[in-house]
Amino acid sequence: MNIKRAFRVWQRHFTVYTKLYKSSFALNFAEPVLYLTAMGFGLGAFVSDIKGMPYINFIAPGIIASSAMFAVVYECTYSTYVRIHFQKTFDAILATPVNIDDLIAAEMIWGATKSIIYGTTIIIVISLFGLVESPLVLLAIPLIFITGLIFAELCLIFVAKTPGIDSFNYFYTLFMTPMFLFSGIFFPLDGMNEIVANIAWFTPLYHIVNVCRSFAAGDLGTPMPDIAWLLVVVAILAPYPFRLMRKYIIK
Amino acid sequence: MNIVSARELTKDYGAFRAVDSIDFDILKGECFGFLGPNGAGKTTVMKTIYCFMPPTSGKVTVFGMDATEKQSGIKARIGVMPQENNLDPDLSVLENLIVYARYFDIPQKKSLPKALELFGFVDLKDKAGVKIDQLSGGMKHRLLLARSIINDPDLLVLDEPTTGLDPHNRHSVWDLLLRLKADGMTIVLTTHYMEEAEKLCDHVAIMDSGKIVATGAPKDLMAAHGGNLEDVYLKITGRRLEY
Repeated sequence: MNIKRAFRVWQRHFTVYTKLYKSSFALNFAEPVLYLTAMGFGLGAFVSDIKGMPYINFIAPGIIASSAMFAVVYECTYSTYVRIHFQKTFDAILATPVNIDDLIAAEMIWGATKSIIYGTTIIIVISLFGLVESPLVLLAIPLIFITGLIFAELCLIFVAKTPGIDSFNYFYTLFMTPMFLFSGIFFPLDGMNEIVANIAWFTPLYHIVNVCRSFAAGDLGTPMPDIAWLLVVVAILAPYPFRLMRKYIIK
Repeated sequence: MNIVSARELTKDYGAFRAVDSIDFDILKGECFGFLGPNGAGKTTVMKTIYCFMPPTSGKVTVFGMDATEKQSGIKARIGVMPQENNLDPDLSVLENLIVYARYFDIPQKKSLPKALELFGFVDLKDKAGVKIDQLSGGMKHRLLLARSIINDPDLLVLDEPTTGLDPHNRHSVWDLLLRLKADGMTIVLTTHYMEEAEKLCDHVAIMDSGKIVATGAPKDLMAAHGGNLEDVYLKITGRRLEY
């Protein structure tokens, strides 16, 4: 892998994004804000304080994590698939000095970049709502990037192994939606069946939610095990998207 | 000097042998054509030349470099015009060339004047800001050709450069290729139009079922087998052309 050549592909995605961002940005941005208002203000009016904070303050930092997650997951499932099969962008790029490993690295780094764009936007929004206690929340941004890489790795592994775009529904229904609901964004997992809490521990979202919530409260120490989890997993998964995509694209 | 040479080049897709131990040499400044029916293995040969995929066995050398080892070095000096349109639909006509040039590390300062010059060459001067899906089929082909020479390549790889074009557009692509050839460009192409091969190629290799079944200058093949190149082709491949 050559980082300069990977950057050229990243730059292509960025160029396209800056042309199209008005339409896609608004949509990705609208959804988390809808959740925040519906759950936070709507449901929150009937829910007592959780861990000493109003319900909306409890869920707001979690929305940073989920918004960042969905940004990278859409990018590295549907958009990557379209670039491979419908637009033949991969074929065009691979006829230039860019090699397959450069291209796969660029897909992942670009996906993680989108995580940062969307995560940071939510940080700004919830700060404006007055839902963030501490500026230390900004330190979550590099960890959102790492989590973005983990999701990108998982998505590319899935794309390389999937029979077609129709199977993406399985990924979203069986993996993304349960993870979104049971990662501790909307309620603490302490009260849940132990099995649910144990399963959640294996998902990246659970850990980045802990990081965002603690940092937003000004607590850097508590999520250290979560940070360690993210760093270990991003490294363990790293070889697989390259290996599987090489096989998938090159034949 | 050999720009490309292949020795016992073989490529399998699973159990299917697409290319079966072929040898060929492409000399500097010549136009070399691979002819053959659909599925003969022509595109696979092109893909091993421009390092898209490695051969299963055998050796391909381009500019004296091994195609399985020096991929980026080789690809930097090659221009590829693919069989299928893979222009970037998210970008305008001009952006397509600028972004593509960036993959070759060519900065916009250099690629912009080059792109404008190429728009003159391929007759797309007033289309720079247009979206790709607003171009006609002929224009897309000419843009693909312009894109393939944005890096001033030493070798041009054309996979069926005129398939699907009407006669007028086909002739205009031929004229462009003849001009590049006159400037000394080395070209390797695939085609199943015999007229195209006769017009452009100094040397052809007729492929069938992964093997080269005849090779030589078109006029030598015609002299040896009689008739025009199409007669030679039909005689050698033993079946009608597929359309």
